[in-house]
Amino acid sequence: MAIAIEMPKMTDTMEEGVLVQWMVEEGRAIAAGDVIAQVETDKATMDVEAYDDGVLLKRVAQEGDALPIGGLIAVLGEEDEDISDVLAEYKRGLSAVPEAESGNQAGEPGRLDVRPAAAPPPAPVPAGRIKASPLAKRMAADHGLVLAHVPGSGPERRIIKRDIEAELQRVPAPVPTGDRSFDSVRLTQMRKVIARRLSESKYTAPHFYLSVDVAMERCVAARRELNVRAERTDGQKISYNDLVTKACAAALVQHSDVNVTYMDEEGEIRRYAYIDIGVAVAVEEGLMTPVVRDADQKEVFQIAAETAALAARARARALAPEEMAGSTFTTSNLGMFGIESFTAIINPPNACILAIGAVRDVPVVQNGVLIPGKRMKLTLSCDHRAVDGVVGARFLSTVQGFLEEPLTLLL
Amino acid sequence: MAQLQLREAIRAAMVEEMERDESIFLMGEEVAEYNGAYKVSEGMRDRFGDRRVIDTPISENGFAGLGLGASMSGLRPIIEFMTWNFAFVAMDQIVNNAAKIRYMSGGQFSFPIVFRGPNGAAGQLAATHNTSVESLYSCFPGLKVISISNPDDAKGLLKSAIRDNDPVVFLESEYMYGMRGEVSDDADYTIPIGKARIGREGDRVTIVGHNKSYWRAMEAAEMLAADGIEAEVVDPRTIRPFDWETVIRSVKKTNRCVVVDESNPFASVASEVAFQLQSRAFDWLDAPVARITAKDTPAPYAKNLMAYYLPSAEEVYRACRDVLYLT
Repeated sequence: MAIAIEMPKMTDTMEEGVLVQWMVEEGRAIAAGDVIAQVETDKATMDVEAYDDGVLLKRVAQEGDALPIGGLIAVLGEEDEDISDVLAEYKRGLSAVPEAESGNQAGEPGRLDVRPAAAPPPAPVPAGRIKASPLAKRMAADHGLVLAHVPGSGPERRIIKRDIEAELQRVPAPVPTGDRSFDSVRLTQMRKVIARRLSESKYTAPHFYLSVDVAMERCVAARRELNVRAERTDGQKISYNDLVTKACAAALVQHSDVNVTYMDEEGEIRRYAYIDIGVAVAVEEGLMTPVVRDADQKEVFQIAAETAALAARARARALAPEEMAGSTFTTSNLGMFGIESFTAIINPPNACILAIGAVRDVPVVQNGVLIPGKRMKLTLSCDHRAVDGVVGARFLSTVQGFLEEPLTLLL
Repeated sequence: MAQLQLREAIRAAMVEEMERDESIFLMGEEVAEYNGAYKVSEGMRDRFGDRRVIDTPISENGFAGLGLGASMSGLRPIIEFMTWNFAFVAMDQIVNNAAKIRYMSGGQFSFPIVFRGPNGAAGQLAATHNTSVESLYSCFPGLKVISISNPDDAKGLLKSAIRDNDPVVFLESEYMYGMRGEVSDDADYTIPIGKARIGREGDRVTIVGHNKSYWRAMEAAEMLAADGIEAEVVDPRTIRPFDWETVIRSVKKTNRCVVVDESNPFASVASEVAFQLQSRAFDWLDAPVARITAKDTPAPYAKNLMAYYLPSAEEVYRACRDVLYLT
């Protein structure tokens, strides 16, 4: 009996996957556990394994196709077996979820049960419905107009025929001279996830920002000393970022009211007993945030080693989804680009994110005398639903204290 | 062509058809000796005699049934109701027998019969004498329902109704019997059942109206023209089967529709037109379909209330401006 191989749900947030590469030719015999294809999800490129033995009768999806979870990838079976029934069942095409929802009941023999129990959540409906007459909708579609851009003059701002006509007759803006061509780059899964998650964060979490300028002279000296020794002993070098991660972990122990998630539906604020710090890492196509677990219980060297390993794996796109999930706090560093300070968007489900600027040489007035100093700006973004100004300020002040007295961190 | 009153046009249709076909006869209250309550059948008894122009007692259920029996037996009766208000007592004959027996007998019996008479408002006659019945009879598959607005349509459509082999409900108007108009004097002049007529061409709004409501629509179109707005007026003429194509073609041009209907609003002809338009021309509508009907009460007696009760040209004009978003 022919077996349908469907697009599996590989991560919690995955809604579709792009079949990047086929690993098996049509007509080849395969065994359960063989990798048959690679799929790019929103988080990583992952292997699709066969769950049964058989002959790969048909590669239904082509390389580059994006399929929803449950979409038909391939058909497995015995040689020369008729697969028209299976194909017919999925006849609605690659882009559609198969209609025979009931055909994939758990336990039914011969079918992979890889689809999630619940259908993926529907796309969010934009707030505020646009009212338009049926005719206006049809006219807008015919002329490629976006209804949201057309002012409505009917009752309750309903967009009607005359509004579409006015829009069509509007004098076009003067056309600039010069080359006006552009390239279109298809959104990657990662880009889509970044767009969705960060929009959601910025639109739902009311952000406020706290900045502090940290005196870094002692940190700079301590780091130099530690790294000289590391070079001699072939040990782990540490970055300012690692020191900040450690300082945040230590501060979160004292300020557990920052190590939280605002849970709107549950009507609660979840306070975590553990401290898992996400570290934003720039990769070629975007951004990933691998997580250093239990950062408060690790020495700065250990944090440095783990962060370096995670970052390397992130750049190779080899991180497993679980290595990026479940942080309780996040840091983001653009200091290496000379950025003095910036504000970061909170990484859900965290309540706060710390933006780290560059260590700068600045003139400092000490006891009335101008001397050279080292300063680093930290900017904390807080979700005001969970964290108030004073709470965030106390936390940031503690972080500052640790960094200005780094011995307290290293002891 | 001849200038005829509506009553004369109806009479001409009956006389011409009775001359042509001996199986046709007219029966009803006061149609013979008194020459008709509204003088529609004036002179017909003298012309065709007592056997073909027959007075009945006040017994609508009886003579409607008598007519049905005659039509089942090879004759072609024209049954006149003094008004359709009186035909409510004959509804069992019309609804259960006329409309259904051809279907129930598997086509063994048919009813070449016309029930005709004035319908709708007729002045200060109060609640029981001012009913509009077109939507009511249109509820029943098996009946054809015609409602005319002028002498020429009256003649052409009544001749078609008499020649039709199925029961036809033919709705006239007491108010309009004296209306004059050009009428074809061709003895073979017929207008097909189920074809609407465009009374006035326009491109901004479609107004659908039959019988007296057609004239309210035409008056409103005049008022709109004074505003520089050309309305298209459609007279369906036949309520069942309704000429959806003509109305839909018009609405696809104008993108909006106002229906004028003298019935009470619930489940009226206007309701059905609105339903069909949203179903068949949804993507062409720029505004909800509007309707102007009689108010949702029994007809009043007082003259001022009666004027308020019935659709007025002013209301139709306002509704047209509403669907044009001009208010």
